[in-house]
Amino acid sequence: MSHVAQGRGRGGFIAGFLFAPLALYLTFVIWPYVQTFGYSFTNWSGQSPTFDFVGLDNYAALMKDEVFRGALWHNLLLLVFVPTVTILLALFFAFMVNAGGRGGAGGVQGVRGSAFYKIVYFFPQVLSLAILAVLFGAVYRSDGGGLLNGILTRAGLVDPQKPVEWLNEPKFVLWCLLLVVVWHGVGFYLVLFSAAMQSIPKDIYEAALLDGAGRAQTFFKVTLPLLWDSVQTSAVYLGIAAMDMFVLVSTMTSGQFGGGPDHHSEVMATVLMRNFLYFGKSGYACAMGVVMLALTMILSLVTLRATRRERIEF
Amino acid sequence: MTTVIKAPGEAAAERAGAGRPDGGAKRGSDGMVLNVFSHGFLALWAVLIVLPLIWLALGSFKTDAQIGGSALSWPANWHLDAFGRAWDKGIGDYFAHTLIVMVFSVPLTMLLGSMAAYVLARYPFAGNRFIYYFFVSGAMFPVFLALVPLFFMVKRFDMLNTYQGLILVYVAYSMPFTVFFMHSFFRTLPAAVHEAAVIDGASHTRIFFQVMVPMAKPGLISVGIFNILGQWNQYILPSVLMQPQTGADPERYLLTQGLIQLQQQQGYATDLPVLFAGVTIAMIPMLVVYLSFQRQIQAGLTSATLK
Repeated sequence: MSHVAQGRGRGGFIAGFLFAPLALYLTFVIWPYVQTFGYSFTNWSGQSPTFDFVGLDNYAALMKDEVFRGALWHNLLLLVFVPTVTILLALFFAFMVNAGGRGGAGGVQGVRGSAFYKIVYFFPQVLSLAILAVLFGAVYRSDGGGLLNGILTRAGLVDPQKPVEWLNEPKFVLWCLLLVVVWHGVGFYLVLFSAAMQSIPKDIYEAALLDGAGRAQTFFKVTLPLLWDSVQTSAVYLGIAAMDMFVLVSTMTSGQFGGGPDHHSEVMATVLMRNFLYFGKSGYACAMGVVMLALTMILSLVTLRATRRERIEF
Repeated sequence: MTTVIKAPGEAAAERAGAGRPDGGAKRGSDGMVLNVFSHGFLALWAVLIVLPLIWLALGSFKTDAQIGGSALSWPANWHLDAFGRAWDKGIGDYFAHTLIVMVFSVPLTMLLGSMAAYVLARYPFAGNRFIYYFFVSGAMFPVFLALVPLFFMVKRFDMLNTYQGLILVYVAYSMPFTVFFMHSFFRTLPAAVHEAAVIDGASHTRIFFQVMVPMAKPGLISVGIFNILGQWNQYILPSVLMQPQTGADPERYLLTQGLIQLQQQQGYATDLPVLFAGVTIAMIPMLVVYLSFQRQIQAGLTSATLK
């Protein structure tokens, strides 16, 4: 390729093309990340331009902060359940869409209407989290006007006099939020897995059928191993989403930047934002940011390592 | 496959009633049971997706009393009042603000992103790999980790609550993915065309704009869709950077921000039909764009993730 890139003014061209993108990226992305790191060792309030270096005090305070520890626990719960539930459902549906059709002489095939299902399932992905927040705020409404209460009341499962306060019930709130994330994500990963499934050559399935493999066997012994790369990538993406959760928690639950009732839906991001914008403890908020960053990176590495398998070429 | 084509639900129901087929072949019955089963579950999830959305849209036609009374009430009439009120309450402005930002931010993202990606993909030089990884690594970190200093950085440029400030920030945060994706795309383009252009004496800049960019169109479309959806749906950045700074500073909320604002106002003045109408208005363009381009959107978003 090197001979291609010869010619007049090469150096100037490279510099000219890289300058603006790099300058913007450094100013608004990289430098703030670096600063987050630096401020996390100070008692900066965000309002005043002066601050003192306090060493690891912020981190020590974090360890003792009950609210932050509760938030960390919630993030870990979400970290386990968001990827697991979403990936299992998406794999299940993807298999149904692609191989759930009636078998026969033609071997394995998808169900009728699979294109329709893919269109419907994927749609939530194009909606913004703000829309999801309003939509599910209404679905989970705490009186008979909420869709969920309305349906459960009609079905006789909920006493109309005592509707469930979904988002105000310490036991339920986190799981209600989890369902929103799953609702939003399943279609996307279904399409992702479908694309991967369709790239698996048909003869592999036919060979499995000839060998007398049932559908479950085909799925676990043929499809899943060949999809492993996509599953792995999905787990990392969903894990990162589970560490975030800021928009949904801060807009759907009670309290300044959400987290209610009584911190039962608190996640690290909401604690961070409250400390930054509401309590004016910017240095402390930055320390939380660093902890989250470290956890996100560890998570990605662990996921990639733990799920590592022999890569199968086909 | 000689079956007569029927609606999925109908066919499934019939098969469920028929029980075991007479053929008796193991594979056949296995397939039938699975077919009923899979259609059942697939249809159930489709209902779970569609039902809340339709229910919400119907809510824009109900009255406040109806919405508060029972979730399963049907609109008494089909007046569009709520949509008009939602528009007056700012949805129209929020729409306009979002469009103003995106008209500049999306093309600028594409231009700068593909420029950097092109140079990094096609011009070997010392530090090339380093700069590439430097760009790409930004995709790993959640946005709000940089939020505290970013706020003050934008403030230092005196660009809080300005369109240009938000546009530049959007472009910067879209860089990692755009560079990543376009980099892999430019690498796949044949070198021969480029060589021919060089021999014809075209300058590097000319080759980029007149030869390479047209050839990279499919990639540009995919990553363009990705950026349009991502920036349209962005909430955290505007909610921190687009707040009026003084009393005289006009409100420049974006659509996502405005909807949340509208939702939070519900605590004081209950006009839920307006909120539902606002959300419906915000969903309609996404629905139209999605249905028109669903193939490209699905392909673009999923390939962007897997690359």
